[in-house]
Amino acid sequence: MSESKSIITVVGKDQVGIIARITTYLYENNVNIEDITQSIVAGYFNMMMIVDTSGSEKAFITLSEELEALGSRIGVMVKLQREDIFKSMQRI
Amino acid sequence: MININEVIETNNMIQKENLDVRTVTLGISLLDCVSDRIDTLCDNIRLKIARTAKGLVPVCREIEREYAIPIVNKRVSVTPISLVGAGACRTEEDFVRVARALDEAAREAEINFLGGYSALVSKGMTRADELLINSIPRALAETERICASVNVGSTKTGINMDAVRLMGSIIRKTAHLTADRDSIGCARLVVLCNAPDDNPFMAGAFHGVTETDSVINVGVSGPGVINHAIQTVKGRPFGELCDTIKKTAFKVTRLGQLVAQEASRRLGIPYGIVDLSLAPTPAVGDSIAEILESMGLEKAGAPGTTAALALLNDQVKKGGIMASSYVGGLSGAFIPVSEDHGMIDAASCGALTLEKLEAMTCVCSVGLDMIAIPGSTPQSTISGIIADEMAIGMINQKTTAVRIIPVEGKSVGDRASFGGLLGYAPVMAVNPWSSRDFIDRGGRIPAPVHSFKN
Repeated sequence: MSESKSIITVVGKDQVGIIARITTYLYENNVNIEDITQSIVAGYFNMMMIVDTSGSEKAFITLSEELEALGSRIGVMVKLQREDIFKSMQRI
Repeated sequence: MININEVIETNNMIQKENLDVRTVTLGISLLDCVSDRIDTLCDNIRLKIARTAKGLVPVCREIEREYAIPIVNKRVSVTPISLVGAGACRTEEDFVRVARALDEAAREAEINFLGGYSALVSKGMTRADELLINSIPRALAETERICASVNVGSTKTGINMDAVRLMGSIIRKTAHLTADRDSIGCARLVVLCNAPDDNPFMAGAFHGVTETDSVINVGVSGPGVINHAIQTVKGRPFGELCDTIKKTAFKVTRLGQLVAQEASRRLGIPYGIVDLSLAPTPAVGDSIAEILESMGLEKAGAPGTTAALALLNDQVKKGGIMASSYVGGLSGAFIPVSEDHGMIDAASCGALTLEKLEAMTCVCSVGLDMIAIPGSTPQSTISGIIADEMAIGMINQKTTAVRIIPVEGKSVGDRASFGGLLGYAPVMAVNPWSSRDFIDRGGRIPAPVHSFKN
């Protein structure tokens, strides 16, 4: 399962530097970004990234905890989840 | 490729609509623990459970973390103890010792409930079955995590009315021994008809003898998700309502299947079934009654409730069966009164009565569940309630169950509190007319005719 893709979601009030700080963290931890989608609805920032964590030396759970902590420092909610959950629920 | 709206929808279901995996239940066969010495039996049981279940909680935590999906309960079910203990247990006390050993094993494995303190007596009781059943009140009073169940009837065998009569008295005794905690012992005791071998839900879970050595069964939940989806088709015809429920049930069940497969892979234990269930909790927004009300009923219990529940149950199955290769357990909507705040409200204001609940059990997943009744209810009346519910199961070829709590010292209008997911319940009125002479007959109700369906 380690080679499978994962999804990062970022939700929160829009501000300068959200993407910069999260992508910097991903760069430092050798997580490859394969796709980014973002939208701003009523001042709320919604972003989704499809990433590959298999190149990172850190365990998936560590990455997930550090991203959450980074999010709370910025003031947005960040989540790292395995892509399978969305695929299994949203595809026949 | 997955798009942002799909990701947002899934995460909203989890964060705002209480979507969760209600239970990952590890079934463990204890048949290889059998001994004719009680000490050896208890040691074998502790070792087998420790060895098989040690990975369960850590693996579930990993899955929760990686998918950001809560797994509310991690549980174990075992082979019915009346079978496992038949060689070693010669007294009720011997069975209580096995219960303590199971409780200890459950605590060590960090699971919250262990099911299988059970006897299957749908046609007759062995000496061991009788000893186990008689030991249930003490076994439940002296343990924290053990769940007991007794299967007293089936469509193939009829109903064992001797066992039904006995269970009336066992439920009263269990209530008495846990009187200081609103008779909570009865919340861990269920009487069943047509009990499935692979049910992951407590209190009726046990690991049937038709199962493999160990198996992962998963129960999903999502009343809040279904309720939210129904809001979008307010006032629309039934076809649209059904379609909406089916599609949502599909997604919820897929989640269960994913978790079951992942847990199975990581633990190296085969995946058994997903139970297509809608299991409420006392939290607002996690209620079956709310779904019925969203369909257009003023309160759960209003005329139309049985039809609404039948529709809901059937659509959940239709959506779920498409989503999962292996379906089993109890599969359907649960209607436990104390665990569903909408049901609690409906019962408190008089919209929902015991008789209406009984009618609802004809079309839903299980039966009369988590219902508080006056502590003074005669045991023959409790047996009468059980007999009615078993008859519904027997004739309709479905699982039915009774988990009823005669709350000692409390009467109609009082409230019983069980804590946590077990919730609280208003004490409901019971029909005062006696069934004693009927129950006292003893013997069996024969198996029904399987033809002439009218």
